[in-house]
Amino acid sequence: MVTLREPPGHANDHQPGHEHEHAHEALSPHGGRYDSILDAIGHTPLVEIPRMSPNPNVRIFAKLEMMNPTGSVKDRVARALIADLEASHRLQPDSIILEPTSGNTGIALAMIGRRKGYRVALVMPDNVTQERRQLAALFGAEVIDSPGHLGSNGAIALAKHLVAKDPRFVMPYQYGNPANPLAHETTTGPEILADCPEIDVFVAGLGTGGTLMGVARFLNRAKPGVRIVAAEPLPGENVQGLRSLDDGFVPEILDPDLLDAKYLVSNRDAIAALRDLVDREGIFAGPSCGAVLVAAAREARKMTAGTIVALLPDGGWKYLSAGTFNRDLDEMESDLEGGVNWW
Amino acid sequence: MSTVWIPPVLRASAGGAKQLDLAGGTVGEVINALISAHPSLESQIRTPEGGLNRFVNVYVNGQDIRYLGGESTAVAPADEVRLLPAMAGGSTGGSVALALSRWSR
Repeated sequence: MVTLREPPGHANDHQPGHEHEHAHEALSPHGGRYDSILDAIGHTPLVEIPRMSPNPNVRIFAKLEMMNPTGSVKDRVARALIADLEASHRLQPDSIILEPTSGNTGIALAMIGRRKGYRVALVMPDNVTQERRQLAALFGAEVIDSPGHLGSNGAIALAKHLVAKDPRFVMPYQYGNPANPLAHETTTGPEILADCPEIDVFVAGLGTGGTLMGVARFLNRAKPGVRIVAAEPLPGENVQGLRSLDDGFVPEILDPDLLDAKYLVSNRDAIAALRDLVDREGIFAGPSCGAVLVAAAREARKMTAGTIVALLPDGGWKYLSAGTFNRDLDEMESDLEGGVNWW
Repeated sequence: MSTVWIPPVLRASAGGAKQLDLAGGTVGEVINALISAHPSLESQIRTPEGGLNRFVNVYVNGQDIRYLGGESTAVAPADEVRLLPAMAGGSTGGSVALALSRWSR
């Protein structure tokens, strides 16, 4: 006889309701009919995740960016970056779009390049998961390896070097291109406010800074006073290969003054939160989503009451081979110290 | 005494220490105690004007002090102070300049 487990109830569960159904219909349709896959980017769902809130008086909503066509928030950015190249007439018939990326931006650029007929080459650290390389290759992108131990900085440096050497390479450069935050200022931010006008705090991961900067600029204008909170991963010991602090890197598009708080999250805590998310809420997400949820929980504990929107950048599919969902956390931690790149 | 975590890039100037227990009631006092113990760190951590190098991030219990009280942020004895270099993508590091010099040869 099979014994089924009772579904886990939770004290924070709310009664079903559709208070803001299709609230941003005016922006563009949800789940409707589109002219192409590029028009289906964005309009992602906002889903309450009551079982992830440590404070019963604080509601947490997750913006599910894994629902974008290639499974990450970077579809929004890649579409804007390519539109920017087109608008500035930087693409010639022999051009190759080249970008340093640890995965999601590359996959998104590759998909859009395939749909629009552009050649795409991606510089990726050689220790990113196989799924990311496979997806980029599936969309026809060429993948150029940079040394894994040099991380994202190594990929940026190699991409800059290639662009300087060969005029066919055109680099959208998400770390320095205002089109990146603008994509969030014009799409992500308005969607969030339309679906959650009661928002008090917005939490997102700090990578290029694009999501945080764009949403912050929109909210500062449309609803001043919303706290903008960044989650930043604690880098592993073995991957901080700097000669001096001055070799560090701050993305050109990042304005630290637009943030109200920044939390450092360990890989271990991020992955534990990610596993809780799938266990408690049935949402399958990537590790940076775990980091965002840890930061959201820290904010929630400090609040007396209110509403947090946490942007979850991608899904879990690309991290299965790294054992993200089933390996022993102690064992994973030592690997992560060695530089598995999941941000 | 607070525990101060030293990033790999600064350890050579801190006698190889990964962490140090240092006294101070604020972040600024703790950093000054660190510099007093290891004077060669001063030129790396501080600007000539006495501020913090823009490529160093300082956290108290995982929160960036830029959004707390800066160097005036209070530090209790059990608190953890962490210095980290600013790095790309918020992820695995490596020096852009170092990597560039490798491919530019």
